[in-house]
Amino acid sequence: MRFELMYESFFKIIEGIPLTLQVVSISTVLGLALAIIVALMRISGRKSMSIPAYYFVYLIRGTPLLLQLYFVYYGLGQFSFIREGILWPILKEPYWCGIITLTISTGAYSSEIIRGGILSVSKNFIEASGALGLNKIKTFLLITLPITVRQALPAYGNELILMVKASSLISIITLMEITGIARTIISKTYAPVEIFLVAGSIYLIINFIIVLAVWLAERKLGTVKAN
Amino acid sequence: MFEVFAFGSSGWGDEMLMGALMTVLVSASSLLLGILIGIIFAACKLSNIFILKIIANTYTTIIRGIPELLVIYLLFFGGSGAVMYIAKIFGYDGYIELNAFTIGTIAVGAISGAYSTEVIRGAVNSVHKGQFEAGKTLGLNGYGFYGRVIFPQVARIALPGIGNVWQITLKDTALISVTGLVEIMRQSRIAAGSTHEPFIFYTAAIILYLVITRLSNILFDKAENTYSKGFVSKGAL
Repeated sequence: MRFELMYESFFKIIEGIPLTLQVVSISTVLGLALAIIVALMRISGRKSMSIPAYYFVYLIRGTPLLLQLYFVYYGLGQFSFIREGILWPILKEPYWCGIITLTISTGAYSSEIIRGGILSVSKNFIEASGALGLNKIKTFLLITLPITVRQALPAYGNELILMVKASSLISIITLMEITGIARTIISKTYAPVEIFLVAGSIYLIINFIIVLAVWLAERKLGTVKAN
Repeated sequence: MFEVFAFGSSGWGDEMLMGALMTVLVSASSLLLGILIGIIFAACKLSNIFILKIIANTYTTIIRGIPELLVIYLLFFGGSGAVMYIAKIFGYDGYIELNAFTIGTIAVGAISGAYSTEVIRGAVNSVHKGQFEAGKTLGLNGYGFYGRVIFPQVARIALPGIGNVWQITLKDTALISVTGLVEIMRQSRIAAGSTHEPFIFYTAAIILYLVITRLSNILFDKAENTYSKGFVSKGAL
């Protein structure tokens, strides 16, 4: 073990934390919005809505994230209409390609979590709310949504951890976040074990904080006694 | 547009299919290695020996909390060194280099092993306690007990979970393309670079992955039905 090297590389690697957190949080927020839309489309009961949503989720869950990233970063740039289009200033940046890909990916996975949460809301609650004279929108906002949030929270916590892990892939398209810096140091110093321990611990700490935050949120929201 | 997928030396059709075959091969060997690791660590987690529990819990926590890419870098850059270190203990002093397939299998196998551990542990836990007691009462031990009583039940319960692990493993093998193993990802990168048609080749790669996913879903469903004979099917409940 070269402890001095570990100490030095620690300070280099933590410089990647802001980028990791930035990419994860932007894509999580955008992805959540996408996930809600996709989940509502899937349970809408209209085939013109639910079938595209189903195939979107199927496509994203059936292919590796790295491939999706390559597709967005390298694949789309092949066409001149994209290169000359208004979105090109965004699509030529690896940063935005990373965010777009992670947003789409987490959108697909989270939509399943949200769908499960919405479907788990007992019919009794909906009927009770109707009996109290609440209309459909109020029922959704005041009854379905809070219960869904509570039910979906544990699974969504897992999704957040998966997002932190997935964000390491953007290092392959030249972004220098935690894994990217770690890889550079490994190939310079050839000390894979030491750097792995440093970078790995940083990821474990980030994920531990997420687990803790989700656990606290779960406790604060209490349990839903359905049926 | 489709001439780039011609077979033989004029197109990339056969190369892409070979890449798909390589993906399936490395995924299958990683899954098997992962199941082996899973059985060992599930046994550790279920044992009453404190130190074994700690080791198994540390392993699953690390793998589930650290990006797969980092694990792959660790083994890609450190794998040969570790093997040479062990060989040195046994008196071999030469240079050993592991090929990309072996490193890929070990790396993805180690990742998939953590998920398999949880699946197998859950399956063993859900075998009814009476089955263990009955087996012991009948005086069964060793193969008779584990092989004939416990394993068939664990296998049946674990199968859907292993199906999920297979899907994860299949997608994780895309990451070992960074180590140079020519599977779907790497092959489509090479083809995209050489023909300047990245869109077409990445689309082809997406289709190949979806086909493999679909086919393996069908196989796992069949296996589930076979092993669930005599049980009430999930749909009927």
